Amino acid sequence: MSNKIILKPPLENKDIEKLKIGDQVLITGKIYAARDAAHKRLAALIEKDQELPFDIRGQIIYYVGPTPAKPGKPIGAAGPTTSYRMDPYSPLLMKKGLKAMIGKGPRSQEVIDSMIENKAVYLVSIGGAAVVTAQSIQAAKVIAYEDLGPEALQELEVENLPVFVANDIQGRDLFQEGVEKYKK
Amino acid sequence: MNRIRTQTITEIVKQLCIDSNLYIGRDVVEKINEFRQKEESPTARNILDIIMENHKMAAQEEMPLCQDTGVAIVFIELGQEVAIVDGNFEDAINEGVRQGYKAGYLRKSMVDDPVLERTNTGDNTPAIIYTDIVPGDKLKITLAPKGGGAENMSEVKMMKAVDGIEGVKEFVIDRVRRSGGNPCPPVIVGLGLGGSFEQSALLAKKALLRPLDQKNPIEKWAKVEDELLEAINHLGIGPMGLGGRTTALAVHILAKPCHMASMPVAINMQCHAHRHKTAIIP
Repeated sequence: MSNKIILKPPLENKDIEKLKIGDQVLITGKIYAARDAAHKRLAALIEKDQELPFDIRGQIIYYVGPTPAKPGKPIGAAGPTTSYRMDPYSPLLMKKGLKAMIGKGPRSQEVIDSMIENKAVYLVSIGGAAVVTAQSIQAAKVIAYEDLGPEALQELEVENLPVFVANDIQGRDLFQEGVEKYKK
Repeated sequence: MNRIRTQTITEIVKQLCIDSNLYIGRDVVEKINEFRQKEESPTARNILDIIMENHKMAAQEEMPLCQDTGVAIVFIELGQEVAIVDGNFEDAINEGVRQGYKAGYLRKSMVDDPVLERTNTGDNTPAIIYTDIVPGDKLKITLAPKGGGAENMSEVKMMKAVDGIEGVKEFVIDRVRRSGGNPCPPVIVGLGLGGSFEQSALLAKKALLRPLDQKNPIEKWAKVEDELLEAINHLGIGPMGLGGRTTALAVHILAKPCHMASMPVAINMQCHAHRHKTAIIP
């Protein structure tokens, strides 16, 4: 948690290159909420060489399926879901220009390699701290796949969404290094 | 004979769905705080503080602690002198889940077909219901919403008697190690020993319901729980898997007799958002 860095998507390579594991990052701007079922559909579109419902270049995807918003609130509880289920799809999305993913839990070696190759990072937010996280979300709207209910593709307007860098483009892994340090 | 109306059951289940998802148990808060005091990693301390802040904010904002408001697992203890009247018992529970998840603005996470269509049922039903018939004339309902992240790290293994307690411990420690940050540590490990293939899994889940400030009443298992907890907290996984001493808050064991040829061992992982609430209908 050496320094706090502000990220405002769309991101460029120079934004990604300066990030190191353990950095605390605050995100402000538009990000996209997608989890298992939405990823399956996005990947199917890419495989058929069809256009995605949003311009993915330079963007950030947050693995989240929020609870319904209470009246007067932009969103419900909105913490991260476990990321490894998105591993089979992530390299495809990074090839199309995705620059950052937010979730919880470690990623596969294939995803880590793809981050190095495509200059992208993996950010983590705290699982189960869903009300704290929701405070950073100012607006939410479904942009595709409404039939998926809580798994719909959403555009989120965030302000100072706090996350940590877990994998950087040097191939370092906060999960591995953090655990190594405290293992007895 | 105590007559209990299905409408009463529906109302109580509805309220339990909301309360269990919004308000964490005091035992969980105290246990997290206890580990926070001993935690060596600054990152881990920071995460535990945010988790405790989240407990307060959820209650204050009346929002669910976690967006994964889970599958509604319902444990019933039905007194044998109770008569359920005015409708079907399981329909009444499902109606309570339907109403509770709607009124509480909780996420509906159930999909109808597990493999093929995977279409969301839209109201978080069906609940998963386990009913035990017990002496007496009361009805006890426990609602334990179970999130997917930790549930996915659970496992049943048909071990051999020769594997012994050392084999069991190795299996548990390895399971927690392989789970890493996925189940939202700090976790509670439910360990079901014996019974049959399916009963071991149910024991593991029921073991989670024991309050975190209560020791296992069977001394030999209390000892194994302590040994396992210590070994797990030496793994270094820490809160959210980012390194630290606080990987598990507790290990809970329930054991039952089993076939002489078998040694079923089940591990049910529970995230730090350890939610369950109970009501008794007199």
